[in-house]
Amino acid sequence: MSLPEFLKDLFASWPLLGILPLWMYSLLCVLGLLFLFLFPFAGVAVYIERKIAGDIQARIGPNVVGPYGILQWIADALKLLLKEDIIPALADKKLFIISPMIIFLSGAAAYAVIPFAENMILADLNIGIFYLIAITSMVALGLILGGWASNNKWSLLGGMRAAAQIVSFEVPVALCILTAVLVTGTLDMTQIVKNQSPYHWNIFHNPFMFIAAFVYYIAALAEANRTPFDIPEADSELVSGYNTEYSGMRFAIFFLIEYAECFVICAVATTLFLGGWHPPFIDISGLALPLRMPLQVMVFMTKAVLLLLVMMWIRWTLPRYRVDQLMKLCWEVLVPFSFACLLGTAFWMALFKGKGIPELIYTLLGWAS
Amino acid sequence: MYTQFATILIFLIVGASMVPLMLLVGKILRPSNPDPKKLTTYECGEEPVGGSWVQFNLRFYVIAILFLIFDVEVVLMFPIAVTFRQWMTSQAGKGLLVFAEVALFIGILLIGFAYAWVKGDFEWIKTTRSKKES
Amino acid sequence: MTAQDVFFYIFALIVLLPAIVCVFHPNILYAGLSLFGSFFGVAGIYLLLGADFIAATQVLIYVGGILILILFAVMLSKDIYGSKFQDEKKKKILPTLLGLTLLGFLVKFILTTPWNMTLTDEAPLPTTSRLGDLLLTDYLLPFELASILLLAALIGAIILARSK
Repeated sequence: MSLPEFLKDLFASWPLLGILPLWMYSLLCVLGLLFLFLFPFAGVAVYIERKIAGDIQARIGPNVVGPYGILQWIADALKLLLKEDIIPALADKKLFIISPMIIFLSGAAAYAVIPFAENMILADLNIGIFYLIAITSMVALGLILGGWASNNKWSLLGGMRAAAQIVSFEVPVALCILTAVLVTGTLDMTQIVKNQSPYHWNIFHNPFMFIAAFVYYIAALAEANRTPFDIPEADSELVSGYNTEYSGMRFAIFFLIEYAECFVICAVATTLFLGGWHPPFIDISGLALPLRMPLQVMVFMTKAVLLLLVMMWIRWTLPRYRVDQLMKLCWEVLVPFSFACLLGTAFWMALFKGKGIPELIYTLLGWAS
Repeated sequence: MYTQFATILIFLIVGASMVPLMLLVGKILRPSNPDPKKLTTYECGEEPVGGSWVQFNLRFYVIAILFLIFDVEVVLMFPIAVTFRQWMTSQAGKGLLVFAEVALFIGILLIGFAYAWVKGDFEWIKTTRSKKES
Repeated sequence: MTAQDVFFYIFALIVLLPAIVCVFHPNILYAGLSLFGSFFGVAGIYLLLGADFIAATQVLIYVGGILILILFAVMLSKDIYGSKFQDEKKKKILPTLLGLTLLGFLVKFILTTPWNMTLTDEAPLPTTSRLGDLLLTDYLLPFELASILLLAALIGAIILARSK
């Protein structure tokens, strides 16, 4: 059940909320997701990233606004809101305006199918993960347009590099997702999690899935243009890449969606490989729903945020790749590996009739799984 | 099914109107001091030299074609991946046959992949290197 | 008119208006980009027909793939904003005739095809797993041939790109 339907059922007997039609609930849920989760989460993620960067580089990081600088992200957001909006005279104005819209649309729309908990998914599509791949593939379009429209050499180079990079790394990402779908046998995000259990995470299904999880994480890191793969916005060579000419709120949208995308990657990795909302070795499915759902959200968020922290750790530890090294990494390392994982998992499934390592061990020991 | 996609439609409409809305809020609050210097293209403080709408490397186009081909392959594989598990668990004996079908499909495409690899099409700086040699 | 009809006409407009822009816009970059709307409209119509998987495929392949390819191709050409692409001696008669012939054929086929349509009020079922079953049984040969087609396209693209 999706969140709007769940809420409608929940408030069915209430005097005012009960008579609202389902689409009103959907609208409220969408607005809630954007304003109560996406925007604040991206802000907090920026703050955490800056603190981690500070720690890794032996500095303090933001510490002025609020205790430990914890309100820094609100100050940043206000600052960006108040900045003058400049469109270069030589830019292609229409495309310059359209580009952030496409990026926002594709970056935010991916949140519609993230299963935070049972009944806590905005739209329980039966093609969930495939929809996510489709809608996020539009980001490349927005980046090329932004780079092109700015009529700036840095922007154009950045936009082109970004598009080529996203498009290349989408192949291993899609192949790894395909591998995970092979194991679960459904595209529905809720079902993918439900087909796993506290003892059967997809990542431990077989050795190939274990590799596929890492290939996915690395390739997705590159798809989101994160360091060490941030060639498109390499500040030492391209100033700021495709968003060089963007200022104020328009720049904020690029920045916001970058962090939003990072969370999507971690959430997808959690859902597909790390058992979604299932905590390790503890079965909470017997608890009552009002108790279970917050627990599941907490478990899901813990896993996703841990992956996000690893992402930040990588960013501030590793130096940047070169363009040719990057393309080589994609086509000569990640794509072959992901193909091998796909075929290996398919063969494993054929050989053991779809059973994973945990189930095989149980059968071997004679336990009922 | 339609209810779920209706939510997606609402999401897309809200998402598309969110950016203009944010800019509108900004427009009320932010200053506006237009200045011709401000509107020039950024080129590290120098006067901009020429436009930037120039022809660029053909390699980008090749990468896009490669992506498109693999993308179509992945799309064709998705419905099979969904039913694969059922074929493995329910149809006894057919598991390896279905695996062979899938492996053939991927294998044929891998020939092309190997061809591109051997011919060095994945090497980004190949063109400049061959120019130096010739 | 049911809600489905309303949505059909909205999606049809979303397909047609950008398509008209695509044909008549003097700037090829804008002409190519206007397809963005068309592709989404087509995806919407697929959804109305209950083909959820095909709709997402439409977005993935056309918006995420082909549109980027078109933009790359357009950006490879010189002087997009100049007047070069506006051929002064517009050849109008032959394309119009060809277009009308094509339209005639399409209309004829639409009118003569037995559609075998039965409208039901039931919500359409998920299609993905049935598609997979069909690809592995009835349409196995086309499925494997698609791989060969992709192989040919891959090698062709590489050779074409290398010849320049």
